Amino acid sequence: MDNRPTGRRRFLKNGVALARFGLAGLAIGGARSARGQTNGSETAAASPKDLRAYGERSRFETSARTYVSGEPNTYAPIQDYDGIITPSSLHYVFTRGITPMDIDPREHRLLIHGMVDRPLIFTMDDLKRFPAVSRIHFIECVANTAPTRGRANYETVQERFGKSSCSEWTGVPLSTVLKECGVKKGASWLLAESADKIRHSMSITMEKAMDDALLAYGQNGEAVRPDQGYPLRLLVPGWEGVRNVKWLSRIQVGDTPFMTHIEIGTNASLRKDGKARWFNLEMGPKSVITRPSGGQRLLDKGFHEITGLAWSGGGAIRKVEVSTDGGRTWNDAQLQEPVLRIAHTRFRFPWKWNGEEAVLQSRCTDERGIVQPSLVEFANIWGVKPDYFRTTTNSVIHFNPIQPWKVTREGSVKNVIWEV
Amino acid sequence: MSFGKSDFILLLMTLVPLTVLAQSPVYNLGRSPTADDSRAMGSFVDLSGKDLPPGRGTAIEGAKIFAQKCAACHGLDAEGTRAGPRLVGGKGTIGTADPVRTIGSFWPFSTPIWNTINRSMPAGQAGSLKPDEVYALTAFILYRNDLIKEGDVIDAKTLPKVQMPNRDGFTPARLEDINRMRCRVGTCP
Repeated sequence: MDNRPTGRRRFLKNGVALARFGLAGLAIGGARSARGQTNGSETAAASPKDLRAYGERSRFETSARTYVSGEPNTYAPIQDYDGIITPSSLHYVFTRGITPMDIDPREHRLLIHGMVDRPLIFTMDDLKRFPAVSRIHFIECVANTAPTRGRANYETVQERFGKSSCSEWTGVPLSTVLKECGVKKGASWLLAESADKIRHSMSITMEKAMDDALLAYGQNGEAVRPDQGYPLRLLVPGWEGVRNVKWLSRIQVGDTPFMTHIEIGTNASLRKDGKARWFNLEMGPKSVITRPSGGQRLLDKGFHEITGLAWSGGGAIRKVEVSTDGGRTWNDAQLQEPVLRIAHTRFRFPWKWNGEEAVLQSRCTDERGIVQPSLVEFANIWGVKPDYFRTTTNSVIHFNPIQPWKVTREGSVKNVIWEV
Repeated sequence: MSFGKSDFILLLMTLVPLTVLAQSPVYNLGRSPTADDSRAMGSFVDLSGKDLPPGRGTAIEGAKIFAQKCAACHGLDAEGTRAGPRLVGGKGTIGTADPVRTIGSFWPFSTPIWNTINRSMPAGQAGSLKPDEVYALTAFILYRNDLIKEGDVIDAKTLPKVQMPNRDGFTPARLEDINRMRCRVGTCP
C-alpha cells in the first residue's frame, strides 16, 4: 500500500465538505425563504441625503453626462475620466428610448429555459450564492463614434466617444449557471431578454456564454446602477454594448441565432453592394486622445501631457502610438498599468506645444496585432470614399478610424476627421 | 482474469462521479418553473415557426388593431414617427447610398415579425396581445409591404412560408457560419 490517501479517505473528506456545504446552504436557505430577507446584515435606514452615510463629490466638481435630445440617453464625459475606471454615476446610457427600470430586487427573477435538461428560475439571492468573480471590462455602444449621428453637435470627444465606459463588474459566470441547468447537446445560441418595457433581447453564442460572459449584479464595488440594469445585467466582454442586456430576466437556449429585430434590422452593417454583414459581434480596436480634445483650449505654450484611452474587444492593448504632426511621424505612448484584457487602457505622451498649428492623433494595436485603421483604410474596407460616411443616411456602426484633433494657433481644439 | 471486490469499487469510484456529477447540478440553487411561470415568461419561436401557437388573422382584422394599439408610435400609415420606426416601404433602396430599411425591404425572415410583436409590443404593454391579434398584425404588416394579399390568412402554417424579398441580402448567408466567424471586428471586410 502506498502513502497516498485512499479512495475511501478521499471520499469521506469530500463527504464532509459536501455535508458542510449542505448545512451552510440550509442555513442561508432559511433566510432566503423568508421573502424580503437578504443575507446581508441589517443596517439602520439612512436618509438618501445623509452624506456621512453615502458620500458625494465636491461641490466644485461639475463633470457630467450630457443629454442626447429627447431620449434618456446620455454621453459620458470621457475627457474627464482619470485612470481607467468610469465612475458609476458617469457611465454612458444608451437604451433606445427605454426609461431605466425601477426594479425591486426581491421581486426580480431570472428564468433559464429552452434546450436545457433542467429549466430553472433564480432569485437574486440564489444568484448571489453562486461563486462570484470580479472583472474590469469596458462596454461600448456600437453607435459610439458613428459618423451619421448627431452631426449638428459633433465637435467634442464627449459627443463623439462618450458611449464607452469601463467598470469593475461582479457577478456569477454565466457558464456556472448554464451548467446548473444542463445545456443540451446541439445548443449553440442563447437569447438574453430584458424585463424592460419592450423586452429588449439579443442573441449570443454558447461559445461566448461558456467563455467569459457574466451575470453581473455589482459595479465598481456596489450594486449595478439602475441605468445599467439593476439588479442584474448580462456582461458579454468585448461584444457590442447592445448585447449586454440590462434588467436581465430570461435566457432561452437554442440552436440558431434568434434573429431579433435589431440583429436583422438596424445593427446589420449594410454595405454599398446591398449586402449586410450581420452579427458583427465584437468591438474593434479604438483609441482617442481625450486631453486635449475637441472643444478644449490650450491656455499656454509649453508642456502639455497628451492622454487618452485605448480598448479592443479582441483582448489587451499592446501598443498606442501618438502623432503630433498630422500623421507624418508616430511615437509610442506610455501605457499606464494595469493593462487589462477588454478594458480601457490609459496612455500618456509628453508634448511641448510651440504655439503653431498641430494635428494630434492616436492609433492602437491589440494583442492580435489588429491596428486601428485610418479613415481612408476604413473606407477601403467598406468600398467607399471617406466622404460617404459624412453624407449617407445609412446607419454606420463599428466606426473606429483614427481621430485627429487640430490645435489652432489660438489654442482651440477642433475635430478635423473629415479634413485629413 | 478475475474481477475482485476492490476492482469493482474502483470502477464505481471512477464511473459514478463522471456519469452522475457531470449531469447533476452542483449548487442546487434556483427552482423549477411551473407551467404558469413558463406561460407568464413566454418565449421566442425559431425561424421554422414550429412552436407558433394556434390562432389566425388577416390584414383586414390587423388594420383595426394597428389603428388602436400601434399607430400612436408607428403612424397610421405605418411609416413611422419619432416614437417608433417605419415598418413599410423602402423597396429597391437597399443597395443605394440612402437605404430605407423596413420589414418589407430588409428583414430576411418572417417569423421575427411574430416574435417582435408578440414579445415586445405594444411598448409598455409587452405580452398583452392574444395570438389572434399578433397573427392579424403580422398579416397587416406583410400586406402593407405587398408581400401577401389583404384577405390572406396568417397562422402557424402560412407565416413561415412567406418569402421575404431580401432573404439573400445577408453575409454570411448560412446561419451555421455565423458563429464560426472569427473575424468579428468592425474593421473586417
